[in-house]
Parts: sequence; structure tokens; C-alpha cells
Amino acid sequence: MTNHWRDIRHADLILVNGANPAEAHPVGFRWLMRAKLDRGAKIIHADPRFTRTSAVADTHLRIRTGTDVAYFGGLINYVLENDLYHKEYVEFATNAGLVIKDNYQFQDGMFNGFDEATGAYDPTAWTYETDDEGNAEVDIDHPRSVLNLMREHYSRYTPEMVERITGIPQGQFLEVAKLVGETGRPEKVMTIVYAVGLTHHTTGVQLIRSGAVLQLLLGNMGRPGGGMNAERGHANIQGNTDHAISWDILPGYLRIPAPGQRNLDDYVKQSASKKLRPNAVNFFGENYRKFMVSLLKSWYGDAATKDNEFAFDRLPKPAANASWISIFDQALQGRMEGLILSGMTATSIGPDSNQVLEALSRLKWLCVMDPFRTTSSEFWNAPGMNPAKVQTEVFMLPATHWIEKDGSFTNSGRWVQWKDQVLPPEGEARHDHWILAELFLRVRELYEAQGGRYPDPVRELTMPYKDPRKPQLDEIAREINGSSLRTGKRLETFAALADDGTTAAGDWIYTGHYPESGNLAKRREGVQDPEKNDPTGMGFYPNWAWSWPANRRVLYNRASADPQGRPWDPKRPGISWDAAARAWVGDVPDYPPDAAPGADAPLPFIMTGEGLGRLFSNGVADGPFPEHYEPIESPVRNPLHPEVSATPAAFLYDKKAGRPNRFGTSADYPYVATSYRLTEHEHYVTQNVEHLVQLQPEAFVEVPTELAREKGIETGDRVRVSSKRGKLEVRAVVTRRLGPLQVDGKKIYQIGIPIHWGFVGINTGQHWLANALTPFVGDASSRTPEFKAFLVDIEKM
Amino acid sequence: MARITPGQAYGFFTDTSVCIGCKACEVACKEWNELPGNEPVFGDGYDNTGSLDAQNWRHVQFIDNVPDETSGTGQGKAWLMMSDVCKHCQHASCMEVCPTGAIIRTEFDSVFIQPDVCNGCRNCIAACPYDVIAQDEHKGVAQKCTLCYDRLQGDMEPACAKACPTESIQFGPVEELQRAARQRVSDLHDQGVTEARLYGEDDSIYGGLNAFFLLMDEPEAYKLPNEQNAVLPRRNNVPGYLGTLGTAVLAVLGGLIALRRRREPTPATSSGTTPPDPEAGDE
Repeated sequence: MTNHWRDIRHADLILVNGANPAEAHPVGFRWLMRAKLDRGAKIIHADPRFTRTSAVADTHLRIRTGTDVAYFGGLINYVLENDLYHKEYVEFATNAGLVIKDNYQFQDGMFNGFDEATGAYDPTAWTYETDDEGNAEVDIDHPRSVLNLMREHYSRYTPEMVERITGIPQGQFLEVAKLVGETGRPEKVMTIVYAVGLTHHTTGVQLIRSGAVLQLLLGNMGRPGGGMNAERGHANIQGNTDHAISWDILPGYLRIPAPGQRNLDDYVKQSASKKLRPNAVNFFGENYRKFMVSLLKSWYGDAATKDNEFAFDRLPKPAANASWISIFDQALQGRMEGLILSGMTATSIGPDSNQVLEALSRLKWLCVMDPFRTTSSEFWNAPGMNPAKVQTEVFMLPATHWIEKDGSFTNSGRWVQWKDQVLPPEGEARHDHWILAELFLRVRELYEAQGGRYPDPVRELTMPYKDPRKPQLDEIAREINGSSLRTGKRLETFAALADDGTTAAGDWIYTGHYPESGNLAKRREGVQDPEKNDPTGMGFYPNWAWSWPANRRVLYNRASADPQGRPWDPKRPGISWDAAARAWVGDVPDYPPDAAPGADAPLPFIMTGEGLGRLFSNGVADGPFPEHYEPIESPVRNPLHPEVSATPAAFLYDKKAGRPNRFGTSADYPYVATSYRLTEHEHYVTQNVEHLVQLQPEAFVEVPTELAREKGIETGDRVRVSSKRGKLEVRAVVTRRLGPLQVDGKKIYQIGIPIHWGFVGINTGQHWLANALTPFVGDASSRTPEFKAFLVDIEKM
Repeated sequence: MARITPGQAYGFFTDTSVCIGCKACEVACKEWNELPGNEPVFGDGYDNTGSLDAQNWRHVQFIDNVPDETSGTGQGKAWLMMSDVCKHCQHASCMEVCPTGAIIRTEFDSVFIQPDVCNGCRNCIAACPYDVIAQDEHKGVAQKCTLCYDRLQGDMEPACAKACPTESIQFGPVEELQRAARQRVSDLHDQGVTEARLYGEDDSIYGGLNAFFLLMDEPEAYKLPNEQNAVLPRRNNVPGYLGTLGTAVLAVLGGLIALRRRREPTPATSSGTTPPDPEAGDE
């Protein structure tokens, strides 16, 4: 989240897209309800289904799954056509006025820079005109200014086109557009709340970016009650991301080194953003080396020296993608010997679970660390599997549940909150990090005994814990915070990190959460005394836990005030310039704290090279402006450019690996399906919780009433849902909450597929895995699978 | 909230316009009251609890009136969700019919079944107009919501209200809740949500309900008796008495007619294996 949960109550208008917070985030949903109850905010829920969120929203728009770029694009067009964007904000805080090089082109669904051979774009083909010193040219009236290119790009997204693509009738779209357009005024603010309903598409990154672009245009980014707010799917998914659960980043969103980078200079040059305007702060880019060197010092300690580039060559420089689907793709190709799973069950959560089961069968061994048996530890016993034919040796290591350990959760709003151990571990269960420490130490012993081809990266890694076999999470938190190697004292801010080897930090964005004064994630100065604990009255509660970075509660908050430093809306200030004190007051400023407003003042978005919010960006793999593309499996051709219907940059694993095609067409699979969670379960683990199994005991799919009538299906009947990849045999729930849509002149039915069941748990009927249906394909930038839009057929059993 | 004080009337104001059907109330209730729950049964996908009974002292009803349109207004009135509970009636029929005195009115003005005094006679189960009470098959006693009597004695609000994320379930002194409820319904009317109405906040329903509701449709839509029917036969309640007498006469007549009809067998009833209609209400 750019903002945080409590902040949503400041919004006048709440767009919910690709999310169902009432069901997936019921506790956080209270803040949407507070906005509605306390200030009369309107909630607009655009979703394929009428859900428990729609039930309390002001408006529900039935949208075809995966078409949110068309919806947001239509809103962008409406805002530009009707001159409703926040002009002063846009000129002050976005790259609207920067001029793009004349090689930029978008025609018939293709941007310039596409390489047919690799099936990928070269994002460096989308750049600014620069002067001799590398400064981007500014001229908002230039025909190739970002603003003018944007007008042209989105002029195709008329209300008629929005209707043809999304299925939302023009009249209803325009009613919402009118409300959205009003938030371009400084005294109004809108927030966008989203979740994996935007992420889980081959256009996932662009779906999210289209919302962010709209927010920048309306001047809603950086403001309390505004922003682009991702609801994370688990208590600590944000923490996972921050600490590099994704293969392509190191902790703190530093890029993973790439082949050919021989030293830190190469790495920084290719990874850090370059300063593109004279008064851009470019904070991340300018300090990249300090963060990286401090990370290397944290990992390699004394073995990281100036002379050896701080052990830069100890880091892997992966030549191939190693994201989620890629792991199973490699296993399918017989290139993997073993796999360790911790904290999740691969069988259930990956797309095309039949293919994942096949991939697991090709491993020599599989190790599952979990408090419970999972569909992965029991994968050989899945419906349709023949255990006699599976040669994979499976090791089940009992791990502790989070309730059996302390540590921190980082929530969607970036608050790092420490929790205590509630129960002692049961039986022989060990913490995941103890198991990993033990494994590491044993591997290191082997390297020390036998040498090996390149033992240094393992031999030299530090384990600076009292008992290296049993690291305490408190010790790890201190290590992540980092310290001065001169004084041995823990640091209070990442501004103190250095690139000369005198500091260490395991994740620079967490530096400051555990200074010498103690673990700030344990702080609980909250609503028990709002006057004392919330001095601004804006709900920042600065002494409640700790929010990365720098305990800042709203990111980009310099943009919450006008160029003179006055809040756009004095009733909802983020930060403001106190001329007498010569300081920014309010939230922790996302800005140099004493930089006075003025013509030469630093630009407001301090993290980017431009110093501005990016309406046009080359940080994504599939286009500088978000464009609507159909899901890989779609019942219609793209009305915008039928010849380039789906994104050309999606990663087609089966095709690349030479495996047979596993995508279906609407001739065989006429219905659109989308998968989702229900409020009663949390993924798969709650199949072990009696009370929740009682609430939601059995797998089902939701079928539109009209389609059900055609097929003779009634609620409770058993139905077979099939895709090109697999099938489910489950109960039907017939409902008008899912209805038909008119898309480009064609009647489209959508079928809803809750994901929670499998073949392990209390209610042990042989249930089927919902992901048996979903396609093995990834987004161009993130390689996130397309769980939320695919084609199926349905029949009564 | 101020301290929970004996001698004052406490209850629930359940505002269905903000209920999101998350069932945290159902689970929190079972956890606190150590109710193991019933065997898992598939209901209709969203309501798999079915009804209030010995194991379920909170039950979220789902009433689907979603129109078959591409755009709709939620506002809590298209897909109704209502966390049902014992109403803790002022005129509590369960208490009136209990032969052992097991059912008492507590110092918090709630209606409480003392498990050690209950002899399992089932009178209260038949008497409750809301089908709230049921017999626990293992303990052999009648059970229902206690308004978390033990928690109130420890100055803690009931588990369901504590767990409710949207403040659909509010706990407090009944008089305060009544004031809040009247304000809320007036705000909703100002916002054009004219469907909103209160149920049981005054004495028109069984003399007043300490657990009362803001509803988004007629009470009947939630299987609640309306004002005309929600009265007990009492000597000091002449209109109610006469009304109930009238209802009783009609019921007897209806019964006689039904008996006559039953003599003419139909294929559906003679087979005896007709599956329950999933669309039908859960009695």
C-alpha cells in the first residue's frame, strides 16, 4: 500500500477493483466502512461477481474478468477529455510535461522495441528526449509530451469501447466516471483498493499501473485518503516481498545481479535509476551502492572488503528466470533434482496443478517443512495419481506454526508489528529458520571438508548468532536493522549507511526499526489515548509499531501539499511546510525534511530519477502506457486490435519448452472462469480448523442462474467443470450474483471457482484442486500466473 | 465503554446494513463458549450453518435478492446478511414456560438458561417464537446465547461483538444502543436508504428486545414475526391475548383443513423420499 488501512477512512470515493476486501480482509474492511459511515464516502466495486463487498458497496459494476485496464483507461480518457485532471498537481508532481523520443510508437497493439525472436520488448526503447547533460526535456505542450501522447493513447478508450470490452453499460460507466472525475478537485480525494484480482493476469502489472496512472492524473497519489493500495493476501506477504521472496530482487528491492556484471560499478550502473532532472533527488539511485555494500557487509562480514568489491562475486547472477512457474517448468524439463517447500503448498497454489503434480513426480526428492500434512507432502496421493508410479522421495519436516514463534508481521500498510510466541512448539516441530540454519551449517561442513568448485559464497557467509543452529528472530531483526561497524551501535536511519564498508544492514528499508533504544515494532501507543498518540489527528499513530521506510505512514507524501507546501486539502493534511520552524511537519516527510518550497526546491517524488510520478514508464516489460490485452484464453478477440489480441510479451512456458499446447479456445470451452477465496477459509491451511470447515465444508463453483437453467443445474447438484488442462467435480451454487455480460456483441457467462479445497484436511473427501483448471502462463514483468481469467466448460454430472 | 455494571440492562444492536457476512461472530461465539459445532454439512454455499441451535448461538442469514443486472446498488439491501441471535425478550416466553426455574433474568437483564437447573423438558424450545433454543444432544440441556454472561461478569463485552469487524454487532446498555440505532436509521433515511427500519428497539415486539436489529427489509424476509404477531398471550396484555386467541382459532381451523387434505395422498408425500428443497427456508 502507498497508504495504510486506517487511512482509507479519509477517502471520499473508494474504487475497489480485483479485490473483495469484505471477504478476504474483513478486519481491514472496517476502514472502508468507516469512510462510508463517518463521511458518506461512496464505494464502487467493479467485479465479475456480486460479492459480500458489493453487498455493502454503493455501486457494483459487473466487469468481465481481466479487463480493468479498459475500465481505468476509460476513466483516464474521461478525465482528460473533460479536463477534470488536477492540473497543478500534474504539472508539479508527474512526468506529464516530459518529452518522449520520436522513436516511440504504438500501432495496432504493438509498442516499438519488440523483438520477435525473444518475444520481449526492449524497455530502453521508451525514453525521454534529453539534453547533453542527460536532463529530460520539459515542454508540456510539445506533441510528444507524456500528456499529449497519453491523450492520444487513451482517446480510443471511449465509453462505447469500455462497454464493448468490459461489459459495463456506458450509462453505468459514465455515472461512475462522473464521481471519479470530481476527485480531481483538491478538496476531494479517491483511493483505489486492489488485490490479486488485478495481479493474477498476463497483464497484471499493467492492470495495477493503469490505476496508479489515474491516481496521478487526479492528484490523489501521496495524499491521505488516496493512493494505490494493495491488500496483501497473508499476514506477512509484505514482509516476504521486502525481504526478497521474489527471485529477481535482493532485500530492500535491490535488483538481483545479472550475468556480465563483473563488479559493483557494473551492477550499480545497470540497476540504479539515473538522475534525469537537475533538481531531482533520485534518492534510491544515488544511494544504491551504499545499500548494496551494507547488505554485502551484513552477509559476508569481514570477508567483504574494498579490495574484493565487498564480495560482490559471491552473489549468484542468474541467467534464467527463477520465478514460481519457472521452478516447475525446470522440474518438468528434468533439470531439478530436489525441492524444499516452506510455508506454502506448491501443489495447491501453482497454476495447472496436474502439470505441477507431474513436475513434482520428476523430482528425486521433495522436502516439505510445515506444521500440517499438505497437498504437497501428500501429492503422490492426489486424485488421479498412482502412488506406485511416483518415485519421488518425500521428506516431511514438522515445522512450527507462526503462533508457536515470535517475530514480526509486516502488514499491507507496511507496518512492521512484532508478535509474541503464544504456544510452545508441539512434539518435534522446529522453526523453519532453525531447519534452514541446520541445513546451511551441514552444507558448509561438507564444503569445508571437501572443497568443491566454488566454496567461498557458502564458507564465508556470516552466522553471527549466539547459537548459529538456533538463531533467535530478535537477533535476525537486529541484523536486518544494521549497525555501524566502527561503533558497533545499531543505526537509526538508512541515511547513515555508507558504501565504504563501515556499515552493515540486512535490508536498508528496515534500518531504523530496531535502533539502540529497542525494537520499535513492539510499540503499541494506539487508540487507548488518541490525543497523545495521534498528535496530527490524521491517524498516523507514529508510535504504533514502525512503518517502513523511516516510519513514514503515507508514501510520496510531498505530493499531498502544493508547490508552496500547503496541503491540497487543509482538512486532510499529509505534510505541510512550517516556515517559522523551517521544517516539514505532519507525517514523516517523503522529502528532505528541511528543504523549503520554491522554484529550485527538490522535485516531489524523491525516489525516481525524474523526481516525478511516472504516467509514462519504462520500468515495465510490456509497454510504457498500460494497454488492454485479452487474457491468453478469452472468448473474444481484442476489440482494440484483434490481430494482437493478447499481450505479445506474456511468457508462454509450454511453447518455449516445446511441450504440447495447453490452452483452450471458446469453441471447446465457452465460459469465462475466475478463481478466488471465500471469507471462511485462509488458502488451504484452514482445512485443519474444525470451526472453519463447518462454515465452508465442501468445494463448489458458482454458476449464473441463466446458464444453470440452460444446463439443468440446481444448487447442490454435482457438476464437472473442465478446462484444456484438467477438471473439477464439485457442487454447484446457482446464483444471480454472477450474471451474463454482453461483450462486443456476444453473450458471455462467467463461472466462479473458490480455491480452498484439496485432498488433505478434516473433511477428507477426495476434493479436486481448483488450479487444475488454470493456465501455465506468466505476466511479462512479474511472471505471475493468470489465475483470474481462463476458459472452461461445465456440465451436470 | 464504561464498566459493565450489574443492575443495568445490556444487549445487542445488530445493524444489518453494515454486515458483511464474515461469520466472525459465529466462530468467536463457539470459541469462547467451547461449542464444538455440528458435523459439517453443505447448505447453499454461503449459509452452511442453517439455523440457530444448541451449537450455533449466532447465525448469519443470507438472503439473496440480487437482481439480474450488470450494475446494482449494494447498500446492504440486495444481498441481505443478518447475524441472528437470541433476542433476550422482555416478554420471554421461554422463561414463562420453564417448569424448573432454570431460565432466569440476570442482573444484566439478559435471559439465561442455568445448565445445572435445566431438566431438558424442551418446553422452552417449543415456546421460543424465534427458534433460538435447542437441546444439546450430549449434555441433555437446552442451550442458547447467554449474552456471554461469564464475560459480562468479568467486565468484557460478548465475544461476537468483540470480533465483529464492521461494528454490525454493537454491545452496550440497551438505552444507549436504542439512541444509536434511532440515529443510524435516521441517517440512512437521509441518505435515501428508506428500506432501513428498526426491529425490537421499542416495546412493540414481545415487550421490547434487548437484542434488537436494524433491518433492510420486512421482518418476514428474515423469518421474524412482525409487530402484529410478536406478542405473548398474557393476562395483562389484552390486545395480545385476543390477537393470539384469534390466531389460535385460525390455527386450529387451518389444522383441521390440513388434516382433511392429508387424507388425499399425493405422489410426493407417499414416496416419502422427496429431498428437501434447497430454496426452501430452513426451519
